[in-house]
Amino acid sequence: MTTPSLDELVRDAHARNDYSQLIDLIPYARLLGIECLRLGDDMVLRLPANRDTIGNPMLPAIHGGVIAGFMEQAALLHLLMFMGSPHFPKIIDFSIDYLRAGHYRDTYAQCQVWRQGRRVANVAITAWQTNQTEPIATARAHFKVDEA
Amino acid sequence: MSDSPLHQRAQRFLSALRHCQVLGMQVQHAGPAGLTLRLPYSQQIIGNPDTGVIHGGAITTLMDTTCGISTICVLEDFEICPTLDLRIDYMHPAEPHKDVFGFAECYRVTPHVIFTRGYAYQDDPEQPIAHVVGAFMRMGKVAPVQRPRESKA
Repeated sequence: MTTPSLDELVRDAHARNDYSQLIDLIPYARLLGIECLRLGDDMVLRLPANRDTIGNPMLPAIHGGVIAGFMEQAALLHLLMFMGSPHFPKIIDFSIDYLRAGHYRDTYAQCQVWRQGRRVANVAITAWQTNQTEPIATARAHFKVDEA
Repeated sequence: MSDSPLHQRAQRFLSALRHCQVLGMQVQHAGPAGLTLRLPYSQQIIGNPDTGVIHGGAITTLMDTTCGISTICVLEDFEICPTLDLRIDYMHPAEPHKDVFGFAECYRVTPHVIFTRGYAYQDDPEQPIAHVVGAFMRMGKVAPVQRPRESKA
């Protein structure tokens, strides 16, 4: 079941270049404090530094699960906003490679939809902190995108 | 069972992870064969507001933590083991308003890498909501002497 308001929210968010209402719908995205930055045709998601997301107290570093959850949410929002599928896609599988420690600072993520069929979408996600060319993690996910 | 040394080590490990405290995660069982953690259902980890289903990210956090801490089941001393990679396959969505349990075991230990696998479930471990595999890097101790495992706990 999709509420008609989701479609409206997506259109409204694009029109006003403000995605906070859409993100506020999703409690887990609110918990992590995710923000959406639109740069021309590109969309970048931001995970602000937050003590509550720390997993390794010694470095300190962000919990790997939070980085993964942030990247999964980035992919979900990306599909929701760009692929004309105004309902919540369902996760099929998710695979993440951790390349560097996620330090206690802001983290960014960007998505690339490699393939969207009628039923399944394949999305690659990259997360970085200081420099996009030095990712802290790369991930890819499959989502079920049909309405059924 | 809950006061075994392994259970206490798992609890100490988990209590040091702030984000896991925010999610209210608890040690359910820790033994030589593996570790089970519990993730309580809560409004804050909902991913789909239409259905109330928990966000995959919360399940990933549960399973990354379970796989990571399960390394203490096979290591004699505490070692820092960052996650190299993790893969989750979803069998079906979690049911709303129910806690999720994560089980993980280490099925191969080498001097530098630990291979783990596990699953997430709600009522029945035979009907998992997700299967997981993850590899962890051994950083803490420099190539410790491998001794045959003794099941002390």
